[in-house]
Amino acid sequence: MRKVAIYGKGGIGKSTTTQNTVAGLAEMGKKVMVVGCDPKADSTRLLLGGLAQRTVLDTLREEGEDVELEDVRKSGFGGTMCTESGGPEPGVGCAGRGIITSINLLEQLGAYANSEDLDYVFYDVLGDVVCGGFAMPIREGKAQEIYIVVSGEMMAMYAANNICKGIVKFAEAGGVRLGGLICNSRKVDNEMEMIQALADRLGTQMIHFVPRDNMVQRAEINRKTVIEYDSDHSQADEYRTLAKKIDANQLKVIPTPLPIEELESLLIEYGIAA
Amino acid sequence: MLLRHTPTEIKERSALTVNPAKTCQPIGAMYAALGVHGCLPHSHGSQGCYAYHRSALTRHFKEPVVAATSAFTEGASVFGGQANLVQAIDNIFTVYNPEVIAVHTTCLSETIGDDVPQIVAKAKADGKVPEGKYVFHANTPSYVGSHVTGFANMTKAMVEYFAEANGLKSKTINLIPGYVEPADMAEIRRLATVMGITTIMFPDTAKVLNGPLTGKYKMFPEGGVTINELQKCGSSAGTVALGRIASMPAARALDAKCKVPCQILDLPIGLTATDAFVDTLRQTAGVSVPDAINLERGQLVDTISDWHQYLYGKRVAIVGDPDQVLALTRFLVGLDMRPVHIITGSPSGKKYEKSLRDAVARVPDAVNIRVPGDMLLFHQWLKNNPVDLIIGNTYAKYIAKDEDIPLVRYGFPIYDRMGHSYFSTMGYRGALRLMEKILDAILDRKDRDADDITMELVM
Repeated sequence: MRKVAIYGKGGIGKSTTTQNTVAGLAEMGKKVMVVGCDPKADSTRLLLGGLAQRTVLDTLREEGEDVELEDVRKSGFGGTMCTESGGPEPGVGCAGRGIITSINLLEQLGAYANSEDLDYVFYDVLGDVVCGGFAMPIREGKAQEIYIVVSGEMMAMYAANNICKGIVKFAEAGGVRLGGLICNSRKVDNEMEMIQALADRLGTQMIHFVPRDNMVQRAEINRKTVIEYDSDHSQADEYRTLAKKIDANQLKVIPTPLPIEELESLLIEYGIAA
Repeated sequence: MLLRHTPTEIKERSALTVNPAKTCQPIGAMYAALGVHGCLPHSHGSQGCYAYHRSALTRHFKEPVVAATSAFTEGASVFGGQANLVQAIDNIFTVYNPEVIAVHTTCLSETIGDDVPQIVAKAKADGKVPEGKYVFHANTPSYVGSHVTGFANMTKAMVEYFAEANGLKSKTINLIPGYVEPADMAEIRRLATVMGITTIMFPDTAKVLNGPLTGKYKMFPEGGVTINELQKCGSSAGTVALGRIASMPAARALDAKCKVPCQILDLPIGLTATDAFVDTLRQTAGVSVPDAINLERGQLVDTISDWHQYLYGKRVAIVGDPDQVLALTRFLVGLDMRPVHIITGSPSGKKYEKSLRDAVARVPDAVNIRVPGDMLLFHQWLKNNPVDLIIGNTYAKYIAKDEDIPLVRYGFPIYDRMGHSYFSTMGYRGALRLMEKILDAILDRKDRDADDITMELVM
């Protein structure tokens, strides 16, 4: 079983990219579980056809500690298993602890047991790695492989670089590695070249360049992944390609984050100055 | 009448615990860690946590309890406890030089999300852990479970960190004694030794928390399981674990990691449970039961028949830790006593609650059971349906006094009486001692309450 964590700046399209890619993997016949690690609990909406999921923490709160796996896991598109950690409402409580609690619970309930026969587990993690709780998916024995969703916008690249700093800390002590950057295009000038260069500097690869297409938004408003909504569309093939690339990926590294000056000069070189 | 405000009318409460019948995970983790030879428990949190845990254990055992702390401040809460723990490991090995440090977490470090294995790996990489010394850890957030959970987690960590299978099975039997007194651990081991069985017992707090006063302070006393033994327990012939809640996780982990088959039994409290323990040892080790043990058993059987008339039909209320409560309930039902109010403060699951209900199936009265429950509910039940005897820890004394019911102190903590760390209540001999305490309490009350006409030399 491969355990994969997806990180990236808030709003970059982590959940959308994850679910579309997972749909691609499911189409290839892989058995995939998606664990949403975001208090908003919208990491499985497209696979389930709506926000139909009761989160792990809601279930825990309402039903007490005797929770069954079936209470918190639903089956979505292509036989994918979907769970949402959930968390407190905005402005209260501790979302990070929520993620620790729910991942521990899923382990206890045997969601990752060999008997489940999973090929992949995807952790879709909220925004930046802001506190210890959000690093839970990449602790020892959990996800070994991380992909960062990024675009050519400065803040997205800045966030990607910052996440790499977090990965280095955990990679030095354990087995977690960076699998690559996924460029979710915002149609910035020279975007592909710039992310390619950023990947090179970080010591990794740009595993795929996902072009911008409104089909993604159309599928989203219909609560579906592109592969399900319009299987023959060229964007569906993009996600299929990304799924194949991840499935075949062998390049897993400890990244080398850039000093801020270098990151800015990279932007100037490929972005504004170009 | 310190508890005179306790209302007789019972109202369902969902979000309020009054006078909890449990305490927090790190106390159990610290107690378990003290059962490893040359081990310094380390509390990864603020100073208040470890100060309270140490004092709770000291008040119970009347012994100095050593431990260290990461001494979190505001800064550590914001930036995480890595710097504190790395520095602490360095200081501890430099100043106190233990064989091993057992790190347990606290609510604060758990909420921050500190990843202890990663921090320990960093300390190792930085050369802060000397050659041949060890650091291991257990996660012990107090908002989950109870002190028994903490004990179970730390015991399991001993297996996860140290147990190794060398491919050869020895004749040794592993004993996991559960959250019991040092004297109980010694008694459990003694029974096995008398049967001619070589054992590895973990944790083992005998001679650590009931040691002698010699005039010379030893920071790391003689007792405790050694790291070498913990490594070897992965190659033992089998494991006998006592108490599902405190010992099962470690036994299962050892089975999963090193394929050492395990048997999980009740704590050996009373005749039947000790029979099961002795018989399991006999079968697992392939030995016969020696006469010395048959003698002890026969004496217990004799005593039960001699004193049965004073025990028959007596109504008892029990509050305590889950493994003790279950085994004790079975013992009392076996003596034809009637446990009618039973509470454990530790969340122990539906399966546990069912075992408890099965244990009292023979009792003719309606039996109140609550898992987890608190001391307020326990008191309310007693007000509504009084009993002849209460069995519980020191905190039950307020209830016993207000309701004027005899109390036998049993379990954790006992702050105000001596004996528990020296005289075991496990095995056949331990059952004799338990009966002595129960009968003393019942008969003292009978003598006290008798008027001039009914008073007899033998009541």
